[in-house]
Amino acid sequence: MTDQALGITIDGAAVPCQAGDTVIDAAHRAGVYIPHLCFHPEFGPHGSCRLCMVKAGGRYVAACTTPATPGMSVESDTAEIKELRLRITQMLFVDGNHFCPACEQSGQCQLQATAYGLGMQDLHFSPSYPKKAVDASHDEMLLDRDRCIQCNLCVRASDRVDGKHVFSLGGRGIETRLMPNSASGLLRDTEFSAEDRAAHVCPVGALLFKHDNYARPIGRRLYDRTSIDRIGNRRADDAAPGGSAP
Amino acid sequence: MSDTRKITVATCSLAGCFGCHMSFLDIDERIVALVDKVSFGRTPLTDIHTLHACDIGLVEGGLCNDENVHVVRHFRQQCKILVAVGACAINGGVPAMRNRYGLAECLEESYLYGVGVADPQIPSDPELPLLLNQVHPIQDAVKVDYFLTGCPPPAEAFLELLTAVLENRAPQMSYALRHFD
Repeated sequence: MTDQALGITIDGAAVPCQAGDTVIDAAHRAGVYIPHLCFHPEFGPHGSCRLCMVKAGGRYVAACTTPATPGMSVESDTAEIKELRLRITQMLFVDGNHFCPACEQSGQCQLQATAYGLGMQDLHFSPSYPKKAVDASHDEMLLDRDRCIQCNLCVRASDRVDGKHVFSLGGRGIETRLMPNSASGLLRDTEFSAEDRAAHVCPVGALLFKHDNYARPIGRRLYDRTSIDRIGNRRADDAAPGGSAP
Repeated sequence: MSDTRKITVATCSLAGCFGCHMSFLDIDERIVALVDKVSFGRTPLTDIHTLHACDIGLVEGGLCNDENVHVVRHFRQQCKILVAVGACAINGGVPAMRNRYGLAECLEESYLYGVGVADPQIPSDPELPLLLNQVHPIQDAVKVDYFLTGCPPPAEAFLELLTAVLENRAPQMSYALRHFD
């Protein structure tokens, strides 16, 4: 149950909270959109993408890892914070190899939709063109690390829902990569299945079904006409309109 | 409007596919309204090869060889407003997908070991521009004033850009004109 006494304000609007809420938990329940990529209400916070950066108590904090404390005043939808989020998004783009015209997820990608929402038209930074290996060993799924933003959602879904521990983030710093947990390091040598929850959480085109891509024509894809702040972080295979994520 | 108040537009395609130029032409009959306001400088659309000072330079494609770098620098010198047009000019695009391989690997695959290659040899004619080790967006070589996203950008984006410059304001691209594909 929400308790008004625990409530916070986001951009001046009252947002009720439950005990134990983070700022983004409360915002999500109240229908206030705070941009995010690594947060998903089913899987708890990870705090890595930094897109949910808000200002509280004069400090920048991640809304997904910051407890909502009674009376807290949060700034989110301000020009200053949107500028920071734009730069974070641009850094995510130059940190990978995101060639949207050649990507099966284009139009249904939450990173791309976040960029659209923030008005991104250029990279701002010079692209790094990192070399990242593609793993096409699995029968049903493709792991394209060029597009991976290391949000950890597939790791959490496989650990907590599927109970298979298929993935982990290996390496350090800019060498960090999404790794299948198998002796060979290949996806085909894990218990991963296209039926797993972990196969249905990737916000970008990193964990991709090998078949039935491009099913929706341009103009009818998720984010072709509707911005992410209006329909939330969704995937084309979400069960119902509204999806499982905010 | 008299001729003296016309804005001049130059265009070029570097490491691109000319798709952006084709999309520019998709403004169709709306070009009639622009005839009195816009004239072309160097552009493959009219086959004018010499670049003189102009108002807007539309650059399609990224930088894959030394000639591309010379051309984009020349455009920057001559154009008051330089515009990166399309995904390749903005982030290297599909040509930049070769960046995961070494240049030697690319040349060997294309000209020595590729399927169906006859008389295998890597082209070395001195007239050929030298390839860069990696494909780059044009912002890696010059300052860019505006970016038209898309592969290609829709005709309406070109129209909004020209209209905005004619009206002496910054272009305002709507959601539909800011897509990346």
